[in-house]
Amino acid sequence: MQLELRDISKRFPGVLANDKISISADKGKVLGLLGENGAGKTTLMNILSGLYKPDSGEIVIDGKEHVFADPAAAIRAGVGMVHQHFMLVPVFDVVEAVALGAEPVTGPLGRFDRAIARKRIVELSTQYGLDVDPDAKIESLPVGVRQRVEILKALYRKSDILVLDEPSAVLTPQETEELFEIIRSLTATGTTIIFITHKLNEVLEVADQIVVLRRGRVAGTADPKTATRQELANMMVGRDVELIVAKGPANPGDVVLSVHDLRVRDDRLDMAVDGVDLEVRAGEIVAIAGVQGNGQTELVEAIVGLRTIDSGEITIGGHHTENASPREISDLGVAHIPEDRGRDGLINYMSVAENYILDTYHREPYSRRGVLNLEAVNERAAQGVKDFDIRTPSIHTLATALSGGNQQKVVVAREFSVPVQLAIAAQPTRGLDVGSIEYIHRRLVEQRDGGAAILIVSTELDEVIAVGDRIAVMYDGRIVGILAGAEATHENIGLLMGGASHTESAA
Amino acid sequence: MNRLRDLGRRALVPALSVITAFIFGAVVIVLTDLENLARLPTDPVGAILGALGGVARGYGAMLSGAFGDPARVVTALGSGNPRDIAAAIRPITETLVGATPLIFAGLAIAISFRAGMFNIGGDGQLMIGALGATITVLALSGQAPPLLILLAGLAVGALSGGMWGFIPGFLKARTGAHEVITTIMLNYVAVQVVFFALRSTFLRAPGSTSPVSRNLTPITDVPLLITLPGIRLDLGFIVALVMAAIVSWLLFRTTLGFELRAAGFNLTAARYAGMSAGGSMILAMALSGGLLGLGGSFMVLGTVGQLTLDLSGGIGFTAIALALLASLRPSGVVLAALLFGALTTGGKLMGIQSGIPFDLLSFIMALVIMFVAAPGLIRSIWRVPVSKPAPEVAATTQPTGTV
Repeated sequence: MQLELRDISKRFPGVLANDKISISADKGKVLGLLGENGAGKTTLMNILSGLYKPDSGEIVIDGKEHVFADPAAAIRAGVGMVHQHFMLVPVFDVVEAVALGAEPVTGPLGRFDRAIARKRIVELSTQYGLDVDPDAKIESLPVGVRQRVEILKALYRKSDILVLDEPSAVLTPQETEELFEIIRSLTATGTTIIFITHKLNEVLEVADQIVVLRRGRVAGTADPKTATRQELANMMVGRDVELIVAKGPANPGDVVLSVHDLRVRDDRLDMAVDGVDLEVRAGEIVAIAGVQGNGQTELVEAIVGLRTIDSGEITIGGHHTENASPREISDLGVAHIPEDRGRDGLINYMSVAENYILDTYHREPYSRRGVLNLEAVNERAAQGVKDFDIRTPSIHTLATALSGGNQQKVVVAREFSVPVQLAIAAQPTRGLDVGSIEYIHRRLVEQRDGGAAILIVSTELDEVIAVGDRIAVMYDGRIVGILAGAEATHENIGLLMGGASHTESAA
Repeated sequence: MNRLRDLGRRALVPALSVITAFIFGAVVIVLTDLENLARLPTDPVGAILGALGGVARGYGAMLSGAFGDPARVVTALGSGNPRDIAAAIRPITETLVGATPLIFAGLAIAISFRAGMFNIGGDGQLMIGALGATITVLALSGQAPPLLILLAGLAVGALSGGMWGFIPGFLKARTGAHEVITTIMLNYVAVQVVFFALRSTFLRAPGSTSPVSRNLTPITDVPLLITLPGIRLDLGFIVALVMAAIVSWLLFRTTLGFELRAAGFNLTAARYAGMSAGGSMILAMALSGGLLGLGGSFMVLGTVGQLTLDLSGGIGFTAIALALLASLRPSGVVLAALLFGALTTGGKLMGIQSGIPFDLLSFIMALVIMFVAAPGLIRSIWRVPVSKPAPEVAATTQPTGTV
């Protein structure tokens, strides 16, 4: 179906979330809706799916104007929504989850006719290549498959327009590829797709047309066949963005971090790090690439003292730290930007100021003999907020109220608020938009140029190639190859990430 | 100005909860006023006025029972007769006497909850503290000046309660044993320990067949704030207020409090930041038990004067509700404890004067807690716009991990 949104405006207290936005999507095409966090993408889609009412503007489907009073009305008109956070009952099986709310019934008592539902679901999944076991319990399914169940749910309700909100945010690269296959088979049969994302690569790969939103307005449109990542990024942010951080050649000095023959077990006591040798020198960035779950997490935890090691050696600045506590290691001048900032790096219900001193509160000037100096805390936190351009109403705002990018800036500001000898950053830009990524990368390079040794762990190839002076690829608990940044390409790193052996080493 | 507004916002839901509970209480008074209900068909105006009069009399009695009658206080002060003055101010001093152990207990629960530890063992910690104080005082009887005996009794009481709190904290930190289970179970153990101790001739009141200790007042007594006949209000109340200030300072102005709160909100992030999460748990529980022990000691050494098996009377549980009503803030704990103290003291007079049973007070207190626990309900009744979820609520609802 042909979809058109005309001059949609929506105001929330204090913000104009959508300001006369007009977009249109043709039948069987993919419209990529690109924008930073807070650009108004989700508001627009909530209007389309009947959750919000627009203050003004029209929704036109196949030439007919619609007013959606509630989500049910939108579903009747053929609009299906796949939310970023899935809405599935974990203890249901796939058939029950998909049919819920639209169950076929038989008999006078309206008994749920599972057989009919199951048959339709199997038909739909074969037709669109959505490989799902209809009898599997939702809770036993990996995230990628759960997403397919969500898509099935929409198709089951005869949706011809499918809205996918940040669908790849929770997926592995593999699962993302599979999702793109599904999208192609959906459009081939005439389904119209609106694909919301802030990832440039994805929108270029899968969309037929791109609309960029910025601050509640349409910032421009682009043709994916001719548009470049750089153009899209600039349009999104509204200025010239460095997609690849500008940095001079590394100037490696003394070895700061040295890991020798390290073995570490994971929570299931399996060997997750299985004989890793690694050196990071002052003034260089070493990036560890690899598919999630190949021992990177455990390696980092062992280095920062959060996980006991099985055997091997770790030295930081010449000190043996195999059995040191996180506090002792941090006091050596080691900054740690954890992988999951919401869980490990921040305390959501503490203020920005309190989070700013989370691992330095015991040092002067923040405290003396166990008594906090709140003036010093507030003053330094305010300075940190200014220096790192953290967008927050106040330093007393709770961390949970900040956007992901600003939360990460709080973590980075805190970690770099004291002199750093070694910085370890795990997935430092996961889930962040282009502007924030640029910012974090710059700060890491700045630390490098200031003489710190930097170790970055990332599953994003673009990131690894952009910032790494040397790139180590981790596979199955080992470093399977180390490349110089200049010789690294998507292809040769990708091969190593898949487990191909690498004979030469640039280390 | 900003701080004042914040304060208002924080106090809004608890205050509305109290008001709403009293309105519901009034409805119950009216509905159980059978006399006036029976009159309704024949004399509707009289019945309604009569019912409302009943509510006014009941709540009026509660107020004067809790705070005294101002006119009477003035007359009594004018007459200068100590007996009259004592009788006139007794309601308010009894309210403060009732609030004192609740302040200690509420502060104790607030500390443990702030650190993510659900201390359900307040009763046990209070009893063990009171036992420690009683044994100390009896052992030192006649061997030291009364003041020294008093201080020793309070110190040992606080330490004993602290030790009783330390046990579940230590078990959680070392083995992951959940503190809800261990603290509840230790309540039973504590009661049996006290029961056993009260069987000894050393402790038991001579000639008594029930499990109560000797009277401690002749040996040592917490100094009274007002020396008038029949007034029990003593220094324990002032110490409780000082403790509230200390706890507030500890939680919000020291690195220790920072660690406790961080561990309470997010154990993994606290570990990542280099804090000792297990240490925070143990410390929070020991401090919590210590405050409860101190509260129990002030009871046996002051207002109650002896150790009895029903000394705690569920204070450890009331304190949980109270701490939640106070959003785990020490200043809020003091206010909530005064409210509970006033309700309990005033409820007795209401029962005597207006015939409305004391149980109505339990009903109102339960409603207060229920409304505080369901802020959404209060917000929708009073149409209060939704603001950000309070951190305190999150602290008490988020699951805590183990070390």
